[in-house]
Amino acid sequence: MGVVTTGGQAAGTNKRAALVPLRAERPKAAPCDPRMSDVDEWGRSERMRTIIRRLSTPVYRYWFRVEWEGLEKIPTTGGALLVANHAGAIPPDAPMIIHGIEEELARPVYGLADYFFKEIPVGGTLWARLGGVTAHPDNALRLLADEGQLVLVFPEGTKGPSKTYASRYRLRRFGRGGFVEIAMRAGVPIVPIAVVGAEEAMPILFRLPRVAKKIGLPYFPITVNHLMFGPIVGSALYFPAKFKMRVLDPINFDVAPGQERYSKSRVMDEAENVRTEIQEALFDMLRDRHSPWLG
Amino acid sequence: MVRTVGRRILVTGLDTFWGGRVAQALEARPDVDVVLGLGTGSPSVALDRTEYVRSDQTYSILSRIVRAAKVDTIVHTFLIVDSTSMNARTLHELNVIGTMNLLAAAGSADTPVRQVIVKSSTMVYGCSARDPTFFTEEMEGPSLQRTRLERSLLDVEALLRDFADDNPSTVVTLLRFANVIGEEISTPITRNLSRSLVPSVLGFDPLFQFVHETDVVRCLEFVTMQQRPGIYNVAGRGRMPWSEVVAMVGTKRLLLPPVATRLAALPLIRAGLIDLPPEMECLLRYGRGVDTSRLESAGFEHNFTSAGAVDSFARATRLKRAVGTTKPSYTYEADVEAFFRHSPTVAANDRSGKD
Repeated sequence: MGVVTTGGQAAGTNKRAALVPLRAERPKAAPCDPRMSDVDEWGRSERMRTIIRRLSTPVYRYWFRVEWEGLEKIPTTGGALLVANHAGAIPPDAPMIIHGIEEELARPVYGLADYFFKEIPVGGTLWARLGGVTAHPDNALRLLADEGQLVLVFPEGTKGPSKTYASRYRLRRFGRGGFVEIAMRAGVPIVPIAVVGAEEAMPILFRLPRVAKKIGLPYFPITVNHLMFGPIVGSALYFPAKFKMRVLDPINFDVAPGQERYSKSRVMDEAENVRTEIQEALFDMLRDRHSPWLG
Repeated sequence: MVRTVGRRILVTGLDTFWGGRVAQALEARPDVDVVLGLGTGSPSVALDRTEYVRSDQTYSILSRIVRAAKVDTIVHTFLIVDSTSMNARTLHELNVIGTMNLLAAAGSADTPVRQVIVKSSTMVYGCSARDPTFFTEEMEGPSLQRTRLERSLLDVEALLRDFADDNPSTVVTLLRFANVIGEEISTPITRNLSRSLVPSVLGFDPLFQFVHETDVVRCLEFVTMQQRPGIYNVAGRGRMPWSEVVAMVGTKRLLLPPVATRLAALPLIRAGLIDLPPEMECLLRYGRGVDTSRLESAGFEHNFTSAGAVDSFARATRLKRAVGTTKPSYTYEADVEAFFRHSPTVAANDRSGKD
């Protein structure tokens, strides 16, 4: 330290300074980071993820016994939009997909969801710390294009998990195709994922729309779990359905990224295409499934 | 005498925190010929060559000052962004009517004004659960419920947009600053953080973005001297949870219930235990983030990140706790100021010092 010259002496005229040329060039050393947590700009905390991963490993491995097929199709670098089907009254598919990808590929996954989550005390904060982000088009674009992250989205929205057991594994409308437009604009592939098992983990018998409206929920389900375990335990205890996830071939769009608008018909075609692919994969997987519990 | 092409700048709100500091920064520049300050009270900082007019912002006085002093730039720092400091009527009068008069004076026929800079706030985006994580300058906040303060700032921005349309040759700059924090500024947030209990809403830990007070002044100086038109968000990089902010400052959180928050907070506000303007109430649930890439690509660099700004505040708070108030006291005395500026003795000394 003593060797470094101070003051206004020019480096060129001082021999000792020439020995340590880097010091003179460098700007003032950055002060130590004052941050006390590792929460990123999106609200995600890797520390919280690690804790929850440790807690949900038994569920992932021994309760749902999640099995992946084609995990290598998920890009290991750069942005990609993961699109999956959504089911189960309180859908367990999102945490299982995120858990699986983070464990297997060691990449963070951000899950897009309705802003409604953000309004729930405690739950909303927890959701954000675990990688949940409000499904705003600008958020998705930023994560995919600027940050090159993996983003998980369920285009069915609440229409997926709110459907009754009678219409299981029949995909709802895929929104208005916004997810395709975002992927086009960000210039990233869409990776469809078909999930089998969530429907049987918490099957809905019927819904109470009036109650839902009164307490401000998107839907209020009465599930088989409720009937068997009561209102409280039944809202948290899933049936041990066997989870199978199949990653389908990534879809690349040969359009220029960064456009303000894309042909609406093209967008709708592609959205319908993604939906059909997942739907067919689901039927294919169900053809091979002997039991919802054993696979 | 050499012909100078320096700027002639009018700063509003010279008696407020921002006006005084911006005038200080501008008068220190050799390429600024004249700094004129407008305010209703006495300046709160020592000023070297800024000329001070004690006046309210009525139109007739403003337009006379602008013409007589050949003002080419107006830096409008005098927008109230702290609704706890005054009632709604005064707030509207100062923000909306004050700006209206100022812009009318700046936009009159044969006006010498070539640039107008307005210091607004990211509060114009509102705050709701539907917000994007980062607001860009073009976005409109999806929040439908707006507080009086937010509405008044939106009105001001609308006035400025009209002014820009009517005066295409004038450079119009609108700066939207995030929550300001630093060693000296007093806002509802800094006042809360200086106390032992800081309000927060149970179950919510929103992400906050801050800008350091010195970066605010630097940015106002930057756009003034660069003559940059347009709208810019100004905020330090990064966002951090409110709980972390509170922990960094070394205080504790006072948890308000997530339902009937206002009701629970009212007695505490009345008792002076917390500051909770309506703008902050929602911020304590959902926070707010803005995109600053436009300002960065214009060439402005923040000295402080969000966390850095909070750290600077925390250090100042620790010092205050240890030794009491550290604010350098300055009282404006008109006679003394007049002496320093106009006394032949001082002037003669100055001249000999420069030679």
